[in-house]
Amino acid sequence: MNTGLSYSFSKILLGFFCCWLLASALQAHVLHQFGLTWEISIKDGLVSNGLLSLVGLLTLNIYRFYQPGKSNRIYRFALGLAIAVFYIFILKYLLIYVIPNNADYLLFLQKSIYLRFIFAFLLIGFITLANWIQNNSNEQKEKEKKQADVEALLREAELSKLRQQLQPHFLFNSLNSINALIGTKPYEARQMVQQLSDFLRGTLKKDEQKVVPLKEEFEQLKLYLEIEKVRFGHRLKVEMNITEQSQSFLIPPLLLQPIVENAIKFGLYDTIGEIMITVISKTEPGYLIVEVQNPYDGSTQSANKGTGFGLSSIKRRLYLLYARNDLMTTHKTETVFTTTLKIPQSA
Amino acid sequence: MTKKIVIIDDEPLARSIVAEYLQTHPELELVAECNNGFEGVKAIMQHKPDLIFLDIQMPKINGFEMLEILDEKPPVIFTTAFDEFAIKAFEANAIDYLLKPFDKTRFDNALKKWKEQKTTEKEIAALIENTNKQPEEKNRIVVRNGSDIQIIPTSDIVYIEAYDDYVKIFTKDSYYLKKKTMSYYEETLDPAVFFRTHRSFIINLQQLTKIEPLEKNTFVVILKNGKKVPLSRTGYSKLKELLGI
Repeated sequence: MNTGLSYSFSKILLGFFCCWLLASALQAHVLHQFGLTWEISIKDGLVSNGLLSLVGLLTLNIYRFYQPGKSNRIYRFALGLAIAVFYIFILKYLLIYVIPNNADYLLFLQKSIYLRFIFAFLLIGFITLANWIQNNSNEQKEKEKKQADVEALLREAELSKLRQQLQPHFLFNSLNSINALIGTKPYEARQMVQQLSDFLRGTLKKDEQKVVPLKEEFEQLKLYLEIEKVRFGHRLKVEMNITEQSQSFLIPPLLLQPIVENAIKFGLYDTIGEIMITVISKTEPGYLIVEVQNPYDGSTQSANKGTGFGLSSIKRRLYLLYARNDLMTTHKTETVFTTTLKIPQSA
Repeated sequence: MTKKIVIIDDEPLARSIVAEYLQTHPELELVAECNNGFEGVKAIMQHKPDLIFLDIQMPKINGFEMLEILDEKPPVIFTTAFDEFAIKAFEANAIDYLLKPFDKTRFDNALKKWKEQKTTEKEIAALIENTNKQPEEKNRIVVRNGSDIQIIPTSDIVYIEAYDDYVKIFTKDSYYLKKKTMSYYEETLDPAVFFRTHRSFIINLQQLTKIEPLEKNTFVVILKNGKKVPLSRTGYSKLKELLGI
């Protein structure tokens, strides 16, 4: 029996039609063996199988538009039973109507009615079962696909959100500095507009790429630091200590900048005087190591203070990219706060 | 008569733009430019300015904390780049503010508003009271003794005791006075760490060593430094619940 929901309806109809003719012929033959005339046998075969086909179609269509819940097996059973009863009821009157005034046939019909009922019920049960199995596996597949889609989407959204966390504070304060420079030092104002634009373009452009050489990431970082130096004047000093070898190692873009941003914020807002930010890069077998250090005042910080939002989002991003939680570590002494990044290099 | 102005901002260029805009107002005299809240407190106490331009995010103590420790709060125009919560608070308390970057017209409008209707100390006090704490403020309390400013990490607090209109904040080695209410600290300190044992006492739970009966139905808690702090009856049942005993 044809039960596939994926088949077109016309194919199902054709299938039913063929099955109907075949089953009718078979049934007519069997009935003839019981001693009924060919005419009655064929009429009975055609009518009962035709009706059975219709009932089968009805069942399929019910399930096509209405799927009881997965746990609702009793409901499916009851529905099958009801359809079978309905079939027998109609069949009896239909056969009496098609083959009227025949006492022998009426007797035969009464005797065979249970057999016909059981046959119809089994057939409907089979359709129900097949439909249920297919539906279940369809549902399962769909669920799995949906789950995978949702996960991929979430990951993508989260990653781009973490990457693009453009700091409005930074942007507006930079614009404010430019505004101040326009009046007194227009040349420097232009320079800063250029740096800010290059920096912003860099944050937007790197969106698609998965990893970039450290050298490229440092270029972006330098732009950022130049802008911050204009903002904070002589208070901010930066030292970069980069081994030649590490320059070509790969790093997810815009990963370093928020760490340095955090270091600057920490350093600038936690101390009064000049601050020195140190960036060190080196290599280990299979890893690129980057360290960022900033001054820190242990005496005015609560002992339980966390790493701040900036760093927790880096941790999250590293987890999304590498499924590891141990790639970023922080270390603090009374005066220095160090953030260390370990970036795996795929061979 | 000239009016005295103080600018407090940790970014030199941000100060310079305010100074530049002020040049067209000869009746206003710029008496001090400050890098941070510490310098700000000193300058305000020294000059008693008629108006200050104040940034929020600054080293060590932010603009709100600086205002809070001042006994006489001057009229203020806040200058800030981006601070959703602070801006909401300014609007709710009708406090003037300038969003960076701002042009001369906006600046002049703010001055005009200030001349017509100066923010009162009360309004500023209400602003500080009602503003959601900036994240960095949650872990520290800023106190002032004369011109000496101290930042106490909340983890250093042993207990707090009510003292008339003030509270005494006790650390291991010292105590500090602050004009605040007990209920203010009960609400703002981390409830997982600080507990109000009594109408007049809040303790740091990490300092708690034991609970002892004093008389019938009255109790005291004993802190690590040996200090006995009264525990009210409701405090006793709440504390028992909190500690799961």
